[in-house]
Amino acid sequence: MNRVQAIFSKQNRALLAELVRTDFKLRYQGSFLGYAWSLLRPLMLFGILYVIFALVIKSGDGIPHFPLYLLLGIVLWTFFTDMTAQSLGSIVGRGDLIRKIRIPRWMIVFSSSISALINLGLNLIVVGVAMAIGRVGVMDTIVFFPLLLVEIYLFALGISLFLSAAFVKFRDLGFIWEVILQLGFYLTPILYAMTLIPHRFQKIQLLNPMAQAMQDSRYALVSHDPRVITISRVFDDGWYRLIPFVVVLLVLLGGLAYFKSQANSFAENI
Amino acid sequence: MDDVAIKVDRVSKTFKLPHEKQTSIKGALINLARGGRRSYERQQVLKDVSFEIKKGEFFGIVGRNGSGKSTLLKMLAGIYTPTKGSIQVNGKLTPFIELGVGFNPELTGRENVFLNGALLGFSRKEMSHMYHDIVAFAELEKFMDQKLKNYSSGMQVRLAFSIAIRVNTDLLILDEVLAVGDERFQDKCLTVFEDFKKRKQTIVLVTHDMNSVKRFCDRAIVVDEGNLVYTGTPQEAAQKYSELNFPQVFEDETAAQDAQHVRARIHQVNGKQSSGALLKSGDTVRLRAKWDHNPAARNVGVAVFTESGQYVFGTNTLVDGVKVAGNELDYELKLNLGAGNYYVQVGVFGESDSEKIYFSHRAVSFKIVQSSGWQGLTNLEHAWK
Repeated sequence: MNRVQAIFSKQNRALLAELVRTDFKLRYQGSFLGYAWSLLRPLMLFGILYVIFALVIKSGDGIPHFPLYLLLGIVLWTFFTDMTAQSLGSIVGRGDLIRKIRIPRWMIVFSSSISALINLGLNLIVVGVAMAIGRVGVMDTIVFFPLLLVEIYLFALGISLFLSAAFVKFRDLGFIWEVILQLGFYLTPILYAMTLIPHRFQKIQLLNPMAQAMQDSRYALVSHDPRVITISRVFDDGWYRLIPFVVVLLVLLGGLAYFKSQANSFAENI
Repeated sequence: MDDVAIKVDRVSKTFKLPHEKQTSIKGALINLARGGRRSYERQQVLKDVSFEIKKGEFFGIVGRNGSGKSTLLKMLAGIYTPTKGSIQVNGKLTPFIELGVGFNPELTGRENVFLNGALLGFSRKEMSHMYHDIVAFAELEKFMDQKLKNYSSGMQVRLAFSIAIRVNTDLLILDEVLAVGDERFQDKCLTVFEDFKKRKQTIVLVTHDMNSVKRFCDRAIVVDEGNLVYTGTPQEAAQKYSELNFPQVFEDETAAQDAQHVRARIHQVNGKQSSGALLKSGDTVRLRAKWDHNPAARNVGVAVFTESGQYVFGTNTLVDGVKVAGNELDYELKLNLGAGNYYVQVGVFGESDSEKIYFSHRAVSFKIVQSSGWQGLTNLEHAWK
């Protein structure tokens, strides 16, 4: 209990607020449109992918509200890549602070995760607007959406903790992670309907927490159409559908444990 | 335990330095075949160091470059963890290993003050209480809404230093901070140090400047090659430090030991009582030298050196035809010297110069500030015709 209190102590909250504030102020420093880029970047990416995958290739397989399906996928994936990629270099990037000031190490990773969360929040507003424009009715399954966001966040946090700590010693990780993200972009059903994938592979694909959470989010927000394949549908409610959650838990605990084991020597190793 | 601010108990620190480095794929593969472990060299930077800092103490840490004092400091600050031993800290500790850590050139002065404060563990509210004081001390009221990148380097340093010394904390660690700012700002800082001392603020000062150690510290330690070589009075710590730096001066060990048998201090400046650590060019000081009684003492010498060891002036009673009687002597000296730091050697000799009885390498140190614009080491008597 004391440790939890220490984590949310007054100083730590002040430091977190200040780090996030600075990060935000600096991110769009000197750019003409400033904060608007937080929204414009995913919107433009969405525009490009929409034209290619919804209009030209038609990878939606007739899923209702496919543009929204696509947008939600892009927003969630952008959050995942933003958070992990930013966190990866966060400890090394703040090496100057770590070598000269005693601040809680995890705070640095945490603050970059909060920055990514704020961006996610802004992007979800866009999703909301798109739902209104596309006249997509709000379904009662929307209550599960926040839980799915928590799942994605914890998964990304576990990975971020591991990556940021490991990057201190293994600088190759930056390149490796870039490749893995690129691979993940295609393995996760972001751009296409899962009905295009053979049933056998659907099972494997949905064991990835990102794929599972993304499909469940689409089920919760976009459509209950049977072509929106979720893990429950694939495994017919068998216990296998719990595997992604176990993966999230293991990744989070593993990331925390590794980060903790390394944190004391960051200052020496950077 | 209640009066102890920091307790350092048998602390050692070893760094692992990886053997660099496989630049070829072949090398990397060979290494992988050996089990993938990189080979390390262990370097012990601190060996079994123990000491205590009491609450309200102005504590000095002295040592040459590479002696391990910075590592020690970083461990006190909680940045490094000791390999062996433990460090206990009572109270809120604020370290200034470097000034202006986390300062961002793209933010305004005001934003930087709050950011720096948060990094040091102060909430926005606490910082707003101190804000005014910090800005006033730095004399930057008009510039706080400008971006830091538009500040001169002097202004940045002033702001950073003001945060360092205006912060409300139990324990303050200052590393080499005296070397900042112009002459006037430095004097201002010295005044603040006097104030700290009066208020019984606990301070750990790490410095090369023996003048400030002697002037401010209640106690000091000397670290050399990872060992704690001395704990005690700042005077002797300064002495020890000089020995480490100028070993040739102390070729014969008895001379070093004899340092404590002869002492000197400034007791008058321009005819008024003063300890005069800060003097103006042209001031006349009166030094009083005292030594342990010794019937063989015939000759007392006084010599002035610049901080870098340049011999400025020296004479002795024999040369000046003064007879030494008793074990005390006053010596008046007009300091026509340029701005800078100086120290004074005092020696007590027998019949000949080679017969050293007592000798103090740094009996007194002082600092000269200059009021008029001439340049050089000394103000020679001159006239324009």
